[in-house]
Amino acid sequence: MRARVFVTLKPSVFDPQGRTIAEALHSLGYGGVEDVRQGKYFELDLATTESAQAKALAAEVADRLLANPVIESYRIEVDQ
Amino acid sequence: MKFAVIVFPGSNCDQDAYHAARHVLGQSAEYIWHKDIDLKGADVVILPGGFAHGDYLRTGAMARFSPIMREVEAFARRGGPVLGICNGFQVLLEAGLLPGAMLRNRGLKFRCEHVHIRVEQTDTPFTALCRTGQVLRIPIAHGEGNYFADPDVIAGLETNRQIVFRYTTPTGELADEANPNGSAAAIAGLCNEARNVVGLMPHPERACEPILGSGDGMVMFESVVHSLKTGALVARA
Repeated sequence: MRARVFVTLKPSVFDPQGRTIAEALHSLGYGGVEDVRQGKYFELDLATTESAQAKALAAEVADRLLANPVIESYRIEVDQ
Repeated sequence: MKFAVIVFPGSNCDQDAYHAARHVLGQSAEYIWHKDIDLKGADVVILPGGFAHGDYLRTGAMARFSPIMREVEAFARRGGPVLGICNGFQVLLEAGLLPGAMLRNRGLKFRCEHVHIRVEQTDTPFTALCRTGQVLRIPIAHGEGNYFADPDVIAGLETNRQIVFRYTTPTGELADEANPNGSAAAIAGLCNEARNVVGLMPHPERACEPILGSGDGMVMFESVVHSLKTGALVARA
């Protein structure tokens, strides 16, 4: 089973990379893109076929390593 | 006194730290590989700069799980003096031995230059021989030194006097242009509540001899030797 983990900076944390990308898009004429937040995306191939187990395992590794709770939060999706 | 310099795969300032302790300061020093599980009787532990484990995922994120870090954490808990320099500071943050985290530099550029830092606290083992308000000229070399913590954590650092160094002008004034990376509260270095664990982004080991452009970093190495000799610190590995 595959789990997808999306790690992003918390809303309260300034994202200098996202800001620079947004400014680049504005200079390309994409004024409709109001802001950009850059994050990280992980695909985990898991041995389990149980979606509850997959979610729990993905959350455990996200808490332990993939995200730093001081600056980041994460969201998990698993294949049905 | 015996300095332990921890070597992770990707450390690249380990030899500079070893040279400062052994050849400039004239103390005993030993490299300790990250897979070792013994600090070999060290009195001081240095986590050097570099890119431990390639800094994949986040700076310092993998190094935290290296086997030697369990010993470093135990040594720190016993009150042993630990200095994290640049990437070593980032490792201390990821390991939870110091609070907060690092973001990309405000201007997104890797900054490699001499900066000025003001000594805010002199009751740590690495600043014992400094004067409060003393300005040190020391190089930085980092892309992710933009210190971040929640406002309540920053307030706690101020209350507990844990901000050890701030980026300032050469005359010791706070100024936005003197802050090279956008760090909150112009924080260049911190200590833990017990004050024995210190981390900073600038590289004192690269400023220990006049030929390197500055000898201002030497005082941190001299301070820890002084602190150990005067019995201010008793922990042993």
